[in-house]
Amino acid sequence: MDRATDGDGDVTARAQVIGFWLAALGLLAALALPLSTEADAALTANSRLLAAVFAGACMFAAAAPASVLSAALGFIGVLLGCAVTLILLDDDAVAGSAGWGFWVLTLATWLGAILTLARLAALPTADNATRWLRDLAIPIAFGAFLVYLWEVAVRGFGVSPVLMPAPSATAKRLVESLPTLGEDFIQTFVRSVLSGYVIGCSAGLFVAVIAHRFDFLKRGLLPLGNFVSALPIVGIAPIMVMWFGFDWQSKAAVVAVMCFFPMLVNTLAGLAVAGPIERDLMRSYGARPGQTLFKLHLPAALPFIFNALKINSTLALIGAIVAEFFGTPLQGIGFRISIEVARMSLDMVWAEIALAAVAGMAFYGIVALAERAATSWHPSYRT
Amino acid sequence: MTSSADALALPQAVGWPTWLIKRAPVLVVVSILIVLWYLAAILMNAPMVRDAFERAETQYAVSDLIAGTLDSERPIVPAPHQVMAQLIDSVFNYPLDSPRSLAYHAWVTLSATVAGFALGAIFGILLAVLIVHVRTLEKSLLPWVICSQMVPILAIAPIVIVVLGAIGIRGLLPKSIISAYLCFFPVTIGMVKGLTSPDPIQLDLMRTWSANALQIFWKLRWPSSVPFLFASLKVAVTISLVGAIVGELPTGAQAGIGARLLTGSYYGQTVQIWAALVAASIIAASLVALIDVAGKWTERQMGTAT
Repeated sequence: MDRATDGDGDVTARAQVIGFWLAALGLLAALALPLSTEADAALTANSRLLAAVFAGACMFAAAAPASVLSAALGFIGVLLGCAVTLILLDDDAVAGSAGWGFWVLTLATWLGAILTLARLAALPTADNATRWLRDLAIPIAFGAFLVYLWEVAVRGFGVSPVLMPAPSATAKRLVESLPTLGEDFIQTFVRSVLSGYVIGCSAGLFVAVIAHRFDFLKRGLLPLGNFVSALPIVGIAPIMVMWFGFDWQSKAAVVAVMCFFPMLVNTLAGLAVAGPIERDLMRSYGARPGQTLFKLHLPAALPFIFNALKINSTLALIGAIVAEFFGTPLQGIGFRISIEVARMSLDMVWAEIALAAVAGMAFYGIVALAERAATSWHPSYRT
Repeated sequence: MTSSADALALPQAVGWPTWLIKRAPVLVVVSILIVLWYLAAILMNAPMVRDAFERAETQYAVSDLIAGTLDSERPIVPAPHQVMAQLIDSVFNYPLDSPRSLAYHAWVTLSATVAGFALGAIFGILLAVLIVHVRTLEKSLLPWVICSQMVPILAIAPIVIVVLGAIGIRGLLPKSIISAYLCFFPVTIGMVKGLTSPDPIQLDLMRTWSANALQIFWKLRWPSSVPFLFASLKVAVTISLVGAIVGELPTGAQAGIGARLLTGSYYGQTVQIWAALVAASIIAASLVALIDVAGKWTERQMGTAT
């Protein structure tokens, strides 16, 4: 994207060079500072860590002049910084009572990471494949670094696991309780979300197609659908639990109602896309209404339908989890979250959230891929 | 198409006011829905009422049965007039500070919604401004902003409440934070779109005047993002209400619409649940209408209204 700030390029380039030197100096400065507020630990005691810190500082210094290699050099420097801090945290003297030396080390690594990302983002790319790779690598590196900062902050400050568990503790718990997580996943995602999603989306699509045929119905349903889309529909969860019982059927019902209205509104908008010229063409072919629907209106509405499918994929998971707060059999993501919060085992809660997040992203990703395959003709994919 | 033309032609011939004709489809659909609601109430409550009559061994006619289904204490589907009666009763017949007053609960939820909405909107706008101006952030942060919405954030609500409660923050703020977390997203996405909506030609013009980034922001980017801002604020405020309601669920049902839903489901008070839902809908609709009015007013002041 063309930036209005291009004129400031010199300033930012100089700032980046200074930043890299600061990061290198920070790593070196950490050697002189105490690592722990309680015990008498110092980096100079461990020759391997000492070498790693020196190497990291050299990498940052080497990355300072803008070159093609600077992103790679900075990356190695960041990895070294991360490794040193994580190894230090295994020492009981450092964990929970980390001193200035440790935090300066972390800050220098953080500074180096930001600058490396900036260099990476500014990297010129030859073709589409490398650009795609670069645009994928940047957010992944950013996310991984955030997890690292979380880990270091929790363990360095010694935050109680009752308040906020470290990512490593969550990961450990996740691996240990895979069978439970699997059961919860099947209960919440496969049974409640998927069935509700399919029912709600197909019902919305069906009603939209009917309403499209009858203009009067359409003009009645569209404002109503827009209105209901703005209502807090999750609130019907207690009613659905009363009607359909504690098991997955009530959750599927909530999900179905939540998915219905976005699908209705979007499909109605999509069915109106085909212009008068296209419709005249179909009429000149002597096409029956069914043929016009399947050969013209529905294909033209596909981008809108997929938009609704994507919106619903995130809504559905939320609906199912919230509905589980109102009563469930003894499994399910929402159920597990509410009882584990009560038992103060937050690592399990975060493991469930990680599960839900991965499931949600995968669901969204699959819908997005299907969209790409089904609407490859659409201008937004032909750039 | 012809059917609708006929339906419209008739009232016009009789000389009905135009606003009525324009809203006729909506009114018809709404009345059909209300009729269906009554039918559902009669059909779903009938077995329960019949059992009650048979247990009491009283003779009953069909009219008694229907009257019973529309007036039962704990119906499976309450009739619309029951819900309205409960709504009016619980809003007006109790003092405003009584936990039995729906107005009190609505106020608790509304204040959390507005606080969370304000926090989320400000945060969302700041994030969008940063993303638009810092290229690295656009590349690294924006994908995560989008991913954050694939995480069922509402699932974190209990944790936020518990953690903030443990460090001594209670009451309004934890709920508002959940609302803010939910509603910053549409604001950020809408504002990134809005702030990048000026044409390259307009940006070039600003540059020929040697405007700096700050001037370009205040004189070009910000004004041209206003329509996007209000569109995304409308989405955000309803999400914020959902966040506030869900944030009330894990606190153990103290106050608010969410608490009202939870106690209603514990004690089988169906009418109370429905009344709380209607109250939530009224709040949502009025908040959206308020932002709509504010948006129209702003556009008129800016001279961009169409």
